[in-house]
Amino acid sequence: MSGWGALETALRARRDSGGKCFVPYLTGGLGDDWLETICAVAVAGADAIEIGVPFSDPVMDGTTIQQANDRALSEGATPQSILAAVRGAAADIGVPTAVMTYANIAHHMGFERFASSLADAGVSGCILPDLPLEEVGEWSGYADAAGVETVLLAAPTAPDERLPRICARSRGFVYGVGLAGITGVRAELAASAVRTAARLKAVTDRPVLVGVGVGTPSQAAEVCEVADGAVVGSAIVTRMLEGAGPEGVAALVAEFRAALDAAHG
Amino acid sequence: MGEPDMAPPGQFMGEPSADGRFGEFGGMFVPETLVPACQELDRAFRSAWGDPAFRGELDRLLRDYAGRPSPMTECPNLSEELGVRILLKREDLNHTGSHKINNVLGQALLAQRMGKTSLVAETGAGQHGVATATAAALFGMDCVVYMGTVDIARQELNVFRMRLLGTEVRAAETGSRTLKDAVNETLRHWVAVADTTHYCLGSVMGPHPYPWMVREFQRVVGEEARRQCAEILDGGVPDVVTAAVGGGSNAAGIFAGFANTSAALVGVEPAGGAAVGRAVPGIVHGSRSFLMQDEWGQVLEAESISAGLDYPGVGPEHSYLAATGRATYEQVTDAEVVEAFSLLSRTEGIIPALECAHALAWVSRARAELAGRTVLLNLSGRGDKDVDQMMGILG
Repeated sequence: MSGWGALETALRARRDSGGKCFVPYLTGGLGDDWLETICAVAVAGADAIEIGVPFSDPVMDGTTIQQANDRALSEGATPQSILAAVRGAAADIGVPTAVMTYANIAHHMGFERFASSLADAGVSGCILPDLPLEEVGEWSGYADAAGVETVLLAAPTAPDERLPRICARSRGFVYGVGLAGITGVRAELAASAVRTAARLKAVTDRPVLVGVGVGTPSQAAEVCEVADGAVVGSAIVTRMLEGAGPEGVAALVAEFRAALDAAHG
Repeated sequence: MGEPDMAPPGQFMGEPSADGRFGEFGGMFVPETLVPACQELDRAFRSAWGDPAFRGELDRLLRDYAGRPSPMTECPNLSEELGVRILLKREDLNHTGSHKINNVLGQALLAQRMGKTSLVAETGAGQHGVATATAAALFGMDCVVYMGTVDIARQELNVFRMRLLGTEVRAAETGSRTLKDAVNETLRHWVAVADTTHYCLGSVMGPHPYPWMVREFQRVVGEEARRQCAEILDGGVPDVVTAAVGGGSNAAGIFAGFANTSAALVGVEPAGGAAVGRAVPGIVHGSRSFLMQDEWGQVLEAESISAGLDYPGVGPEHSYLAATGRATYEQVTDAEVVEAFSLLSRTEGIIPALECAHALAWVSRARAELAGRTVLLNLSGRGDKDVDQMMGILG
């Protein structure tokens, strides 16, 4: 009996079978076909999927995800409309999902109600980047009770003593932040990405996935020399913004899958 | 407004709790990447604030560079017109033209003590940006200021001032393109460079320790005013202390001098940016406080004639003062503000910043209930920056 939720169970299974985890981020409510796109990337090799619930003031995000947020909001996306759609498609998605949004979205609905809405929608995990370790307690109490896995971020700026405490409180996986900065594709993988993965791997048995500044299949393969997996957002969302549709976005996810399998399969 | 002679219900405006809270408001709601920087700042501020050498150096700068203490001015003509005795705390006479310099000199001195070589700041009306640019020039630090493109257009003189002072002004082009978005861009900038750069936040908002630290750097306004009032009022305090509230730093500064006296405290918000007036708590820009938001928690865009108050949130300590009833918060319209702007100019020969004209607009509206009372108003800045905009409105 593991006690792990569906998200952590799936990621551990991939890792423990010698593979690397790939988790794409897609903005919920972006375009008419975002839900089909989510289903398509699951088939294309995502181990789990992060679904962004747009917020007006995403301070952790760079221009790509800001633009996606703004567009989805202007098209009328709400937390409720996104969760209702995900609930209806849970069987078609077929892999665990985690919602990523900002604390005010959950706070405004009420932490308890937001946690139970996620559970009702079949969402396994939740990432709220502006609830750091010191502030996450109230939310994670409700999330734990609802069976929602709260994924915490661990940044390159954290002192050593902080990392084990983050890993102990995190559920699903530990989200290693690849660089001191905001989301977005960079020309090269920051040295801090691999270093952060190594520091986290040294203190936890939980899957360690690195995101922020991981934007190409080769960068994902590079960080996975140490990390258990990669989270990729802006590169995927760029395709969505370009109107690539489910097949176009799934093709990119397949490239990431192939790169990880080739390097670490 | 509150009962002017009520007994103070306890100790207000002291230290926040260990987790940076004033009651249920405040906290440190920032991405994990910024937590070490906020914690480092908390430690550095505690150490500096308890260090007589730091306090002495800051006092010297406030006196010799900023021109403190600022005067207190009786307003016989205005008082006669309104039937209310009005005292003005003249923060408009500080170097750079507003109360913002008090906070900025404190933070720049602290940044230097922490070994930081650069400053980054947000600005709305440009007063905080100009003050930060000024301190950066004085301390020989690099400086970047983010300003919404809407504000850049309506405050172009301040943009030029910042550039003249050697600061790089960057446009915040997202969202409402005003102060809220300038804060977002500044946080995004800071997260990548926090090891070398201090975020010189301009108001009593943001993550802990900012709301507390900025209020302490502005406390000098209230402490001076308390002494000056005692001289003018035979050892007494005014019946009412009032100030405009956007983020709320000038109000926090003057309230701090009177929080534990019998004076009523009245903050004045723009009707289009009334975070306290709506009284819905939310989390943005690092703290939990009252916040203008829609039914899903998306932050709303404030709308005010005054760029400095064009902000949908408010400092967490103001939410606490409102929730406990220690202070009350009133809302005034742009039209009332325009009238107050003209009123002070015409009666006393003092052109106020549009921000503090909000406080006067409330006094003017409430003059019947304030009749015969003494009101201390924080004149937080001068109106030179607004003259161009007002020319368009008043003709």
